Amino acid sequence: MSGRGDNPVILDLEGGSLRAVNARLQAENRTDSETYFRLLNPGGAHSLACGLDAPVLVGIEGHAGYFCAGMNQRAHVVVEGNAGQGVAENMMSGRVHVKGNSSQSAGATAHGGLLVIEGNAAARCGVSLKGADIVVKGSVGHMSMFMAQAGRLVVLGDAGDALGDSIYEARIYVRGKVGNLGADCVRKPMRDTHWKELKSLLQAAGCGNAETGGFQRYGSARELYHFKVGNVRAY
Amino acid sequence: MCGIVGLFLKREDTRSELGRLFSPMLVEMTSRGPDSAGVAVYRNPSPAECWKLTSFNPDPGFDWDRVAARLSEELQAETVAEPNDTHCVILCDGDPASAVEVIEQSDCTQVMSVGRLVEIYKETGLPRDVVERFGLESMRGSHAVGHTRMATESAVTTAGSHPFSTGPDICLVHNGSLSNHNRLREMLERTQGMRFRTENDTEVAAAYVTHRLQMGRSLHAAFEDCIDALDGFYTFVAATAGGFAVLRDPIACKPALLAETEEYVAFGSEYRALAGLPGIGNAEVWEPEPALVYSWGID
Repeated sequence: MSGRGDNPVILDLEGGSLRAVNARLQAENRTDSETYFRLLNPGGAHSLACGLDAPVLVGIEGHAGYFCAGMNQRAHVVVEGNAGQGVAENMMSGRVHVKGNSSQSAGATAHGGLLVIEGNAAARCGVSLKGADIVVKGSVGHMSMFMAQAGRLVVLGDAGDALGDSIYEARIYVRGKVGNLGADCVRKPMRDTHWKELKSLLQAAGCGNAETGGFQRYGSARELYHFKVGNVRAY
Repeated sequence: MCGIVGLFLKREDTRSELGRLFSPMLVEMTSRGPDSAGVAVYRNPSPAECWKLTSFNPDPGFDWDRVAARLSEELQAETVAEPNDTHCVILCDGDPASAVEVIEQSDCTQVMSVGRLVEIYKETGLPRDVVERFGLESMRGSHAVGHTRMATESAVTTAGSHPFSTGPDICLVHNGSLSNHNRLREMLERTQGMRFRTENDTEVAAAYVTHRLQMGRSLHAAFEDCIDALDGFYTFVAATAGGFAVLRDPIACKPALLAETEEYVAFGSEYRALAGLPGIGNAEVWEPEPALVYSWGID
């Protein structure tokens, strides 16, 4: 962890209560505090570092359970291990960085900010995404970006089945193989603007030098969610 | 919900640690299943020609010696009864199917498992209480699987608790719910003559695995057969005398985490169940892929 001075505030989950740890972190909320916290012995506890709203830096030194860094605003949360389901769910802004793998529904419904996963993300990554950016350096599981409305997902590895099912206006970039595309999700041409967008997302995620040659773009065919007069009897 | 855990020790010299390592894994999963808890422990091989029948009677003061005497008399068999709270491990060198019939003649008595190694202990109540009642912490052995139950498909009873054993040394625990278990139960009853003890969906899955093993399939292959045969949500952990396997349904609705070191393979519904294991910081920890069978050991 760099750039935040040498004196982190140490919060130890072993022997300490999760509620007390989260309350300590949230005590910085609605300030411009840049305090650096180190959470020791997370032991897979759920709901770590949730509901933060300050530009603090939180290093979680181990594996996190469900809903880590949920509803994050402005904070930079780094998980040194794996994260359980729903990491950074409903994030509004800030940055969440998982050094290992994440379980399912990473970044679910997130409105803003950046989620970076160094390893793989399991099923439903970016489900119902509403504007955040997600960069996964490994692969993502099935049903990723299901009903995603806005935001971007970049996958340096492969994507599982039913990618982008029922997607709205979110954009997906995948470098590897895609199992298959979900309903109304199609491959789209990479124009200059998309190469630029992809490059800036990779740079933001700390992998600006990654090979971009194989990337393809996927998005909505807009056949499913637009009203068509031929479907009038269905309503 | 429901929580499941499993621990498979790879090395003989760590077997004295099984109960001590496994008990906190089960207790940690209390919030996923506070209704009842159960474990299958593989330990203390029975002497040659002798079977272990773990039996249950709701009365902790039940006279198991009388059952043993009746077994000795009716089957002309050597029989030893080792009671443990509401359960009793009965060692008997008679025909195991006949032994089950004799044991179950007593009111409310039920055989939970038959095998050379497996012992099953399950009860309603909090996992911590179940662990303490049966002295799980001091049990040594090669592997164990456990379950903390939040009932959805059938009543909160001892018989409806997991693990389910439907064949010699086979056991299965399940997080999820099956949707085609009634038809599959009917098929197994009709074509295989299998007998069911509960209305529980998991018992049907265990019976299906047993059926495939009886057809000569390995535990790994039997789980592969489950992907086509079973409909619904499931994360399964199954064990045989020397094997240990994990399977999640094709859409991976229910959580699962595996960890492996030189010493062990551990399974938990969540990471926190594994967090106390020795060397977990350096273990390979991963989420099993949907519809992919993972197995260890020998069948």
